[in-house]
Amino acid sequence: MNKILILFLLFPSWAIAADEEYTIQIQNHRFVPEQLIVPANKKIKLLVENKDATPEEFESYELNREKVITGNGKTTIYIGPLSPGKYPYFGDFNQATANGFIIAK
Amino acid sequence: MFGTAVIVFREILEAAIIIGIVAAATRDVPGRSRWIGAGLLLGLLGSALVASSISEISELANGVGQELFNALILGVAVLMLAWHNIWMASHGKELASNARAVGNAIRDGASESSVLLAVVGIAVLREGSETVLFLYGIATSNQVGAPTLLLGGIIGTIAGVTVGYALYKGLLRIPMRWFFSATSILVLLLAAGMASQAARYLIQADLIPALITPLWNTSAALPEKSIAGMLLHSLVGYDARPAGMQLVFYVATLAAIGMGMKWVGKLEQQKIN
Repeated sequence: MNKILILFLLFPSWAIAADEEYTIQIQNHRFVPEQLIVPANKKIKLLVENKDATPEEFESYELNREKVITGNGKTTIYIGPLSPGKYPYFGDFNQATANGFIIAK
Repeated sequence: MFGTAVIVFREILEAAIIIGIVAAATRDVPGRSRWIGAGLLLGLLGSALVASSISEISELANGVGQELFNALILGVAVLMLAWHNIWMASHGKELASNARAVGNAIRDGASESSVLLAVVGIAVLREGSETVLFLYGIATSNQVGAPTLLLGGIIGTIAGVTVGYALYKGLLRIPMRWFFSATSILVLLLAAGMASQAARYLIQADLIPALITPLWNTSAALPEKSIAGMLLHSLVGYDARPAGMQLVFYVATLAAIGMGMKWVGKLEQQKIN
């Protein structure tokens, strides 16, 4: 137990493991909201909920992430810490409509 | 239709390149085609299985089951490729000097066939399950033009397989003298690239620290979605915005396999002297 506490003292970022949570939904092959503002330089816990019956893949070259979300499923994706800027993401299975971006401030 | 073709092409390409390289690297393994065929079949069956149980996999380990699963099978592939390269290094001398010995030497290493089976199977499984999900989504969405979209999928598949086959044919034209060094280097880089991808999944799951995000950003000069970026991603694990930990995994894998190859090479040299 003490060892764990010492680890947390050495790596304070682990101690603040309660990362900020944000949710993005998928509805009719679109992301809601299409624009999400998150704090910069912080690890973010992103919850993605798929309200459609078909699977989707959350993908972003800018965030260097990709993950399949099943029809009517939800998932967790950790992103960042991000430097301030705009990070587009898209649904790989419905690229024509499923587009959004995350803004880190 | 064009969009579908491109998406499927991208998925297939990575598997096709991996299979092209390992197929060339094991050109003298007896019954090789059968093992590749079995790997393809197992990979396809596995893809369907993974695609159909993706929600169960996703829910494992507090929602990071997908990442763990991907990191795990990538890890197995890395070990298999490492084993292949180290084994090849121990027989490299005889292989290069005497083509006749090649067949015998490789027959001794019958487990090469299990490397083939596993690596081909895993390559197909990883890319295949996503393709299955994607095409399933199209097929069940009842949108107009689903058949043309599926046709796009077929075109993408053919294009991806063609690139892998061209790579394989090209590798076979390398003169015997350089062939084993060339394929060993390709397999080494392939393994390191896979290790880096495994690290990316573990970072995405928040199981290991990212260290620096991103370590560099070359997306303007060489975007990952460009043809060159895609090829380099599959061949050497190119990442336009890697996390620091990915490089750690990459270099550690290169070093571990490289040292293993050197070490058994030396042992072999001592045996000959």
